Amino acid sequence: MKRILKSRETTLLFSLVALVLLVTLRSPSFMGLKNMNGILNDTCALLIVSLGQFLVILIGGIDLSVASVMAFTGMVTALMNQHVPGVPAWLFVPIGAAIGAGLGSINGGLVAFGGLPPMIATIATMSIYRGFVYVFSKGAWVLSRDMTPGYLALPNSLLLGVTSMVWITLGVIALAWVFMRYTSSGREIYAFGGNRTAALLAGVRERKVEMLVMTVSGMLAGLVGVLWVARYGNAHSETAAEFHMQTVAACVLGGVNFVGGAGTVAGVVIGALFFGVINNALTVVHISPFFQMAIQGVVILAAIVSNTLIDRKTQMRLVARRKI
Amino acid sequence: MSGSNKNAGRSAASPRLAGGRGGSGASLAGALLSWEFLLFLMLVAVVVVNSVLSVHFLDAANLFDSTFNFTEKAIMAMPMIFIIILGDIDISVASIIALSSLFMGMAGAGGAETPVLVAVGLGVGLLAGVFNGIIITRFDIPAIAVTLGTMSLYRGISNAVLGDKAFTTYPEDFGVLGQGYAIGGLVPWQLVFFAVVAVIAAVLRNATVVGRYSLAIGNSKTAARFSGVPVNRVRLLAFAASGLCAGVAAVLLTSRIGSTRPNIASGWELDVITTAVLGGVAITGGRGNVPGVIIAIFLLGFMKFGMGVLNVPGKVMNIVTGVLLIVAILLPKAVDSAKRRTSLRTGARRGAPGEPPRAGGGEAKGAEG
Repeated sequence: MKRILKSRETTLLFSLVALVLLVTLRSPSFMGLKNMNGILNDTCALLIVSLGQFLVILIGGIDLSVASVMAFTGMVTALMNQHVPGVPAWLFVPIGAAIGAGLGSINGGLVAFGGLPPMIATIATMSIYRGFVYVFSKGAWVLSRDMTPGYLALPNSLLLGVTSMVWITLGVIALAWVFMRYTSSGREIYAFGGNRTAALLAGVRERKVEMLVMTVSGMLAGLVGVLWVARYGNAHSETAAEFHMQTVAACVLGGVNFVGGAGTVAGVVIGALFFGVINNALTVVHISPFFQMAIQGVVILAAIVSNTLIDRKTQMRLVARRKI
Repeated sequence: MSGSNKNAGRSAASPRLAGGRGGSGASLAGALLSWEFLLFLMLVAVVVVNSVLSVHFLDAANLFDSTFNFTEKAIMAMPMIFIIILGDIDISVASIIALSSLFMGMAGAGGAETPVLVAVGLGVGLLAGVFNGIIITRFDIPAIAVTLGTMSLYRGISNAVLGDKAFTTYPEDFGVLGQGYAIGGLVPWQLVFFAVVAVIAAVLRNATVVGRYSLAIGNSKTAARFSGVPVNRVRLLAFAASGLCAGVAAVLLTSRIGSTRPNIASGWELDVITTAVLGGVAITGGRGNVPGVIIAIFLLGFMKFGMGVLNVPGKVMNIVTGVLLIVAILLPKAVDSAKRRTSLRTGARRGAPGEPPRAGGGEAKGAEG
């Protein structure tokens, strides 16, 4: 089983490398350190939020509110920064994560205690959270000139030649990997997503898992919301609009199964990087950005169809080996 | 494979079917607490509030005109009822509008007449829906994943062709479909089309084998398959219908606004799904009715109209819609659990031990607490 899971990630990794090489053939500057660094920084936001989305999809749900949570925390921290410039900027990172966790736990409450399916709960809160962004800002934009230099530097400050955005992302990946692999809560999420009834009979508490998953997803989105607004230097009610779909797509590309219970942190990371590379490659090989969405669609469809075919083959092989 | 596995788990929700909203309870109290009735009360409340806010609201012409804003979505909501009952979802419907409108725009720019435009619009919608359905049923992939992909693909094609341009050349008489009025110059053609689609949907749901099949599949795909229900054919049909209705909506919308732009109908898929769920269609599948959704359409439509009169910004309207959606789902659950608690006390067999832990989500939990 382990070997099979591993093989899927390696296939993905190989196709990613192949893609990079292919684009480099067309334009050699693509492989350059500067461009690679740019891709990495552009993809960090997608990567972190996708890891939260991954947990929700693991239990068979979907979190459509992540983009709205990003806009919400981005706007709230930007407004705080604008009106109380004295607050040290780094504090906004934990504040953003905390606000995100709060919003996520509202989603969690609706799912765990209200009995709403995650998709419905987050369709509703998606509109609600984004609506409040509009209410808080009265429809106006917060621009980079309203923000302190410290706030704007949050994602861009360098440490050992690498931006803080990348360091934070690496930290989140490491934590996610350890959490999903070595903690009982992480294993519970897999168990719960894989076979709900069996997990419940084995003593997994469903409310705890649902609450945990939705809260973490919100927390990661909240964290990214702050960095996103600081990076692009503006906050408005359309911040990160439609971003939730990209996170779902990154998970799908990374081999996370919508039926629940299947997928790995490594897969999601590669899936998100895949998207980053594609988006960047299009501009490098001079394909109009208007084609981006169509190509994304083709990639998603190809990924899910091939995932399913691989899954089926694997299952057949397992069945054959056990001689059932 | 594992898809049917999940559904086996989901079928645990069937006790809700028996004991839940407006099921077996033929009593007056049961009827009063039925979901459609609650929705209807809310609709009446909205109409009353609106007519207090604006003396012109109850004017027949205004009332009919206000429907322009939601009939396209209403038409798309009808096949969505079946798709959700089946336990599937179609999030590509708004992108189908974009694709369909794109081809109509190209045909229009080429000098096509209205009948050709309509045929192109409907044909593209139908093809897009059939494509969804074939991938979903042939490879047995969850509908949400497939339609997520085609959502990007369809709108992506539209973006790629349009770039930052727009098609605006349409024949004069094309505008009648989305802007014109039928009998008496009072009832918009759009509303007439919606009425036709709604009647077809209601008949399909309540008086044909397709309706019964849909419920059976939604409750347990595996059981339905073993009972000889052509599961995949029914699902394919539903997705084809969804594409076709999105095509109808595309014709009406393009005719109404007179142009094809890349962001046409953007975000509509969520409005359509929200309407269906508010109308009492269970997102877990296996339950849903046409009249409830029709009431929900008018409820949401008139509510937004009223807020528009008050100059409430669209984003704030979305807050209200979101809250309404949550309340609309939590309220009947609370009512159900209250009913269940009383029936437990009176010794009824509903909610008897041995019910699976997740059965019926909220109500079961409510009964425990």
